[in-house]
Amino acid sequence: MTSKTLFEKVWENHLVRPQSEDLPAVLYIDLHLVHEVTSPQAFTQLRERGLKVRRPDKTLGTMDHSTPTTPRNQFGVIPVTDMQASAQLDVMRKNCADFGIPLYDLGTSKQGIVHVIGPEQGLTQPGMTIVCGDSHTSTHGAFGALAFGIGTSEVAMVLATQCLLQNKPKTMAVRVDGRLDAGVTAKDIILAIIARIGIGGGTGYVFEYMGEAIRGLSMEGRMTICNMSIEGGARAGMIAPDETTFEYIAGRPAAPRGADFDAAVAQWRRLPTDDGATFDHEIRLDANDLVPMITYGTNPGMGMPITANVPDPDKLSDLSQKQALDKALRYMDLQPGQQLLGKPVDVVFIGSCTNSRIGDLREAAKIVRGRKVAEGVRVMVVPGSQQVKAQAEAEGLDQVFKDAGAEWREAGCSMCIAMNGDQLAPGQYAVSTSNRNFEGRQGKGGRTFLASPLTAAATAVTGVITDPRQLVSEREYA
Amino acid sequence: MEPIKTFTGKVVAVPVNDIDTDQIIPARYLKVTDKAGLGQALFSDWRYQADGSPKPDFVLNRPEHQGASVLVGGHNFGCGSSREHAPWALVGAGFQAVISTYFADIFRSNSLKNGLLPIVVDENTHRQLLSLAEEDPTTQVTVDLESQTLTLPDGRGVTFPIDGFSKHCLLNGVDQLGYLLGLEQETAAYEAGNPRRVDTALVAG
Ligand code: SF4
Repeated sequence: MTSKTLFEKVWENHLVRPQSEDLPAVLYIDLHLVHEVTSPQAFTQLRERGLKVRRPDKTLGTMDHSTPTTPRNQFGVIPVTDMQASAQLDVMRKNCADFGIPLYDLGTSKQGIVHVIGPEQGLTQPGMTIVCGDSHTSTHGAFGALAFGIGTSEVAMVLATQCLLQNKPKTMAVRVDGRLDAGVTAKDIILAIIARIGIGGGTGYVFEYMGEAIRGLSMEGRMTICNMSIEGGARAGMIAPDETTFEYIAGRPAAPRGADFDAAVAQWRRLPTDDGATFDHEIRLDANDLVPMITYGTNPGMGMPITANVPDPDKLSDLSQKQALDKALRYMDLQPGQQLLGKPVDVVFIGSCTNSRIGDLREAAKIVRGRKVAEGVRVMVVPGSQQVKAQAEAEGLDQVFKDAGAEWREAGCSMCIAMNGDQLAPGQYAVSTSNRNFEGRQGKGGRTFLASPLTAAATAVTGVITDPRQLVSEREYA
Repeated sequence: MEPIKTFTGKVVAVPVNDIDTDQIIPARYLKVTDKAGLGQALFSDWRYQADGSPKPDFVLNRPEHQGASVLVGGHNFGCGSSREHAPWALVGAGFQAVISTYFADIFRSNSLKNGLLPIVVDENTHRQLLSLAEEDPTTQVTVDLESQTLTLPDGRGVTFPIDGFSKHCLLNGVDQLGYLLGLEQETAAYEAGNPRRVDTALVAG
């Protein structure tokens, strides 16, 4: 028997037809997640051609991108005041109803960001193929699933046929040895990886993250890492399932039960990459060397240790890289050689499919507890789902944030993408736990520093970019 | 989809590396439910002032570049979000091809499904095209999909890669959904041999 990687096993298990000289592989999809922004034109195509959704039982809809995260009114309803968003949500409701797809509607108890709800409900399981019209579908790879973002034309294909045409990607092993220091998190690992390889470095590859530091992460930390694979150019990132994975899935609503669960675990144990299997490329990092990371530029690859200085374009030899850095620093209004520590910010955003799960909120709350949000800083805490929100409220975390003077909001993508009115004003600076610092991503003219929930929380209470290790060490920190 | 065989078009350069799809079309234009009018929003934040009037110095607004149908971008064009609105906006603004040294995977895939050719060229050709387009706004190139050739103004032809299936679909106006629908029997056989992993009805809202 030849040795295979985790990716190869999942790929081969889903071939309706293998790749040939002139044809891509036909890949079967086990779970298709659908949201309001990238699906309407796909449903239109189905209607025009008189097609049905082949497997509504393998399809799930949610509303997250254009939904408001403002508080409920006296009737318990989250009002949608943006007419265009409201119309888009109505179209989503009609599409799901007409085609028989279960939908987590705005304000209902399971609604949330598409990459938060799948794992939360136990729908995301090892060895599956999972797609969504959303590039951060890579998140689900944390469970040892092959999960990747697709375009709307492909959404139509999966709705109608449950299949996709795919050319086999290459594989890259991303090994992270060693152990993380207190105050350094999964977010810092992935920001360091992307800073190393650049945002195009993973183009054409599927990553498999491995090594002691990855094994030591919770499922939530692993999701944070896989989530940002696309920020390194890789369409998918995977982590081999282990006891941590099985424990997380056990007992969730869509997970198998009893003997079925045991049988599933036995299958899942066969998924990890075999000894002797080879990758097309490999990179290594040592977690012991890592400190909290922060971005300074306008793409996620422009990141550095929070203690470092903003790089100097004049020191770059490649002309196009020099121009890119120049442009980024002009947009960010930063000087070469400048320290970011101590820089005042206007907004702190804690949320997004990268860092809005209960573990992220617990981490942030550890720093915020008993402290006050710095004057003049707006701090938004946006749970990833209604379930996360309910859990946080049961633990009293909402009160910790509210007592400090932060906004505790309804679940959704919010200021990660700024489609719903949650946005920066031109020129404002934000520390954000989201995944993209592109120009205008969090509001036209807004300037984003990407960082971990700990760094965001530390910045929230000081009002200036702060190394969270300073605050973490003042407290008992497990 | 209309078949694509060969076309000649005017070239315009946006010489920025890592142009992400949030720049190609910002998220606030994504609250639509069709594809109409997205060409207007192409590069919106680079192209328009706060009051909505065009920025006169942005390359796509300059009179000499009107009617361009081939866009040359910097390295790693189309990274970031999977929004197919990006190729829709480019096609809506009259583009038939984008040239770069490499493309982000999802953007490339989305483009091919919308008759927008992502053409990968080597660094030298890329540099040559960027400076030609900047020096002479009437610069034209010819694309021949059948022979996978990009012909530069000096008559030099460079070949570009494209996977055989996408090429077949573009040349013949075949759509991939139609192809997959034709595999019904194989799909059903796969389903018969592979039990369902999860059932979303069990966790319906
Ligand atoms: S939270 Fe941000 S990155 Fe995640 S799905 Fe929503 S918009 Fe996309």
